[in-house]
Amino acid sequence: MIRLKVNGKESTFDGDPDMPLLWYLRDVAGLTGTKFGCGMSLCGACTVHQNGEAIRSCTTAMKDVGGAEITTIEGIAPMHPVQKAWMEIKVPQCGYCQTGQIMQAIAFLKDNKNPTDQDIDTVMSGNLCRCGTYPRIRAAIHQAAKESA
Amino acid sequence: MSVIENVSRRRFVQGALAGGVLILGARYAPRLLRSSKGEPAAPSAALEPSLWMAISSDGTVTLVAHRSEMGCGSRTALPLVVADELDADWSRVKIDQAIGDPKYGDQDTDGSHSVRSSFDLMRQIGGAGRAMLITAAAAQWNVSAKDCTTEPHFVVHRGSGRKLGYGELAAAAAKLPVPKIEDLKLKSRSEWRYIGKESNSLFDLPDMITGKAIFGMDATMPGMVFASIEHPPVLGQKIKSYDDKAALKVPGVKQTLTIDTVKPPHQFQPLGGVAVIADNTWAAFKGRKSLKIAWDSSPHSVYNSAAYRKTLEATSQKPGKVVRNIGDVDAAFAKGGKIIEAEYYAPHLAHASMEPPVAVAEYRDGKVLAWAPTQNPQAVQDTIATALGIKKEDVTCHVTLLGGGFGRKSKPDQVAEAAVLSKQLGKPVKVVWTREDDIRFDFFHSVAAMYMKAAIGADGKPTAWLQRSVFPPIDSTFDATATYGDGEMGLGWNNLPFDIPNHRAENGPADYHVRIGWLRSVANIYHAFAIQSFADELAKSANKDSVEYLLGLIGPARIMNLEHKAKDDEEAKLYPYDTARLRRVVEIAAEKSGWGKRTVGKGHGLGIAAHRSFLTYVATVVEVEVDDKGQVHIPGVWTAVDAGTIVSPDNVRNQFEGAAVFGTSLALFGEITATNGMIDQSNFNNYPITRMNRAPRQISVHVVESDAPPAGIGEPGVPPFAPALCNAVFAAAGKRVRELPLSKTKLV
Repeated sequence: MIRLKVNGKESTFDGDPDMPLLWYLRDVAGLTGTKFGCGMSLCGACTVHQNGEAIRSCTTAMKDVGGAEITTIEGIAPMHPVQKAWMEIKVPQCGYCQTGQIMQAIAFLKDNKNPTDQDIDTVMSGNLCRCGTYPRIRAAIHQAAKESA
Repeated sequence: MSVIENVSRRRFVQGALAGGVLILGARYAPRLLRSSKGEPAAPSAALEPSLWMAISSDGTVTLVAHRSEMGCGSRTALPLVVADELDADWSRVKIDQAIGDPKYGDQDTDGSHSVRSSFDLMRQIGGAGRAMLITAAAAQWNVSAKDCTTEPHFVVHRGSGRKLGYGELAAAAAKLPVPKIEDLKLKSRSEWRYIGKESNSLFDLPDMITGKAIFGMDATMPGMVFASIEHPPVLGQKIKSYDDKAALKVPGVKQTLTIDTVKPPHQFQPLGGVAVIADNTWAAFKGRKSLKIAWDSSPHSVYNSAAYRKTLEATSQKPGKVVRNIGDVDAAFAKGGKIIEAEYYAPHLAHASMEPPVAVAEYRDGKVLAWAPTQNPQAVQDTIATALGIKKEDVTCHVTLLGGGFGRKSKPDQVAEAAVLSKQLGKPVKVVWTREDDIRFDFFHSVAAMYMKAAIGADGKPTAWLQRSVFPPIDSTFDATATYGDGEMGLGWNNLPFDIPNHRAENGPADYHVRIGWLRSVANIYHAFAIQSFADELAKSANKDSVEYLLGLIGPARIMNLEHKAKDDEEAKLYPYDTARLRRVVEIAAEKSGWGKRTVGKGHGLGIAAHRSFLTYVATVVEVEVDDKGQVHIPGVWTAVDAGTIVSPDNVRNQFEGAAVFGTSLALFGEITATNGMIDQSNFNNYPITRMNRAPRQISVHVVESDAPPAGIGEPGVPPFAPALCNAVFAAAGKRVRELPLSKTKLV
């Protein structure tokens, strides 16, 4: 039996311990805001927070999150300054990757209150957007940093 | 043309609109058929009545989106147009996504034509509703309707200032006859509140950033099971034998099933293979890894990209089917003088939308209910009806949001897989493709070889221009014997906008070995690459400035005479090819980029390309920096767009910013190859798409203000990008790129 906290709620899991956290969240816990994109930590669509740090849930096995506090997009109280900036800059096109982008950005801005373009590129390049909203993502992160300052 | 009718008291009103008090339907025949893709035109006879708008007594306005949302904004743009003419308060508008149904006319969200094809109808529906609300208010006040006007969500009597809300008026308005289209007084452009306004944003934006938005990946049905399918590695291979013992031992795996291998023409039918059925997605994926399958042979096992390229290039050296002819290129070439030839090559591409193909479907009592991220719910109906031998009207397809589409999701093979499996299992099935499935079993963007030849006059301008393009055509998906790309000729090949006295465009034949399909801007990608790169080669050969030379090629402002277009072609009448508009975007892009006005740094260079596709005129200037390792960086992109009338300018800019990033992917890295019929790439590690650190640093989009009819915005930004980038590379590093992706050419 694996015990973990998801968005503040105590949860247990006694299925396949190899199951990635992503599929637990989506198929078992019904939290579908976290997306499947590649299954290999290549795209970042599945980004959630483990004890406040951004992780890729598609390659994080359930057996490795015992005792962890997991936060998904559903656990972020709107409007977080990052979400507010995403609204104002009108970042999304299809929207599919954006929850992963936002989770990555929230974790990043906790560590870096005043990021440069270079800092943003380094951290956010793990999150793919096929629609190509990168210039807006970068602008929204700068704006959120300013708002939070 | 369309006839709008009041259907509020009819029995067949169903679904979310059933609560509406005033409901408007329309008998709808699309005015502008989809000739831009060379596909068969939609039926032009009047179609069944359909429902578009409802106003309930609390004032909630529900508008139907009959187009899919895959990121281009159609689901927001069309209701915005209705709301504008209705004079509705957008904050009180709800959007109801249409199921697939021919009563909505063509629902295929492709070809950048959602706004283009439905703009007038949406205005008429809104305008009719507004007129009826005004008439209802005037009757209540016992005044003339002429003395009444509207402000958002209210009818106002000008003389007295009295007001009645739309919700209060809906019941009375519902009893009124619908005005005739010719009697409608639609708003003047200056009265538009939403159309063309910066304040517009996507209806689904709040849900998209909070995780509430429902994509196909998120759709569920009670009691559903999950399926992951091992497809034939080579198109057309059948299962010889398979062993599922190990797969069945995986926790959560319930059973395996087979799907028959598709027969040509494969259309959108399931590819076939072995499906692992499980009680969650992961178990299905894991079980599949333990399957042991022996596959039969396929005629497509001969497909090897390197050898196939030679075949395409050999064909491109031979005379092909003539698709446009002006003057006599052969006579001009025979005169001798300066002749320039070049060959260009562009590989297969995969769509790789962030959401892989996925669908959930239930077969019950001879009928199918499906939820899918599809660009074309009517194709879902057709495909499932064919697969299961049932009637189209017995297939109900609900459309979720699409996690990207780019043309892949106009082909619903995975939805049919879910339906076929559900029939075998007797319960709802969710089919989830892995990224590997998505890349390996795509309907690929075609590989293409182009041969170009020009005779150059004393002034450096061409006196003759021959172009020949060879690629396996999209038609092969529908007709296994098709080898010519008739449908692709209108995509940037039979309308060269250059002022050259002798010109011939040809197309050579090619056999298919994988499924070929539309990808964002389709054949325009390789056609614009060849034409706009060759134009730059001629400019450099003549020692001329690239922008000046391109403007010279385009020549004087004129309406192009496209001889192959029928005289009564509606598209040609409404959207004549106007070289003045092409010239203007070239001039604007050049000016915004500082072309000729600034010195670029060491290793930097500027390149330009212009291309009209989906009736939209686009020019792009790309600045590159080629570093001493030969790596290409893109500090800036300047795009000028003339898409006619537009609904949401910020969304247009977002589309063209995105097109530059999409263009970067295909220009720098995009390449799908096959070995013995099997696709070599599988995920983002070996089929990379642009990441933030390789994307253009600045993308500046200038949208030309225009009163012309709406054109398209989703696709046209893509074609000029790769040639502009490659022309910039030549300016920066002196290396001519004749093959995509750029990574094939050593720059230092």
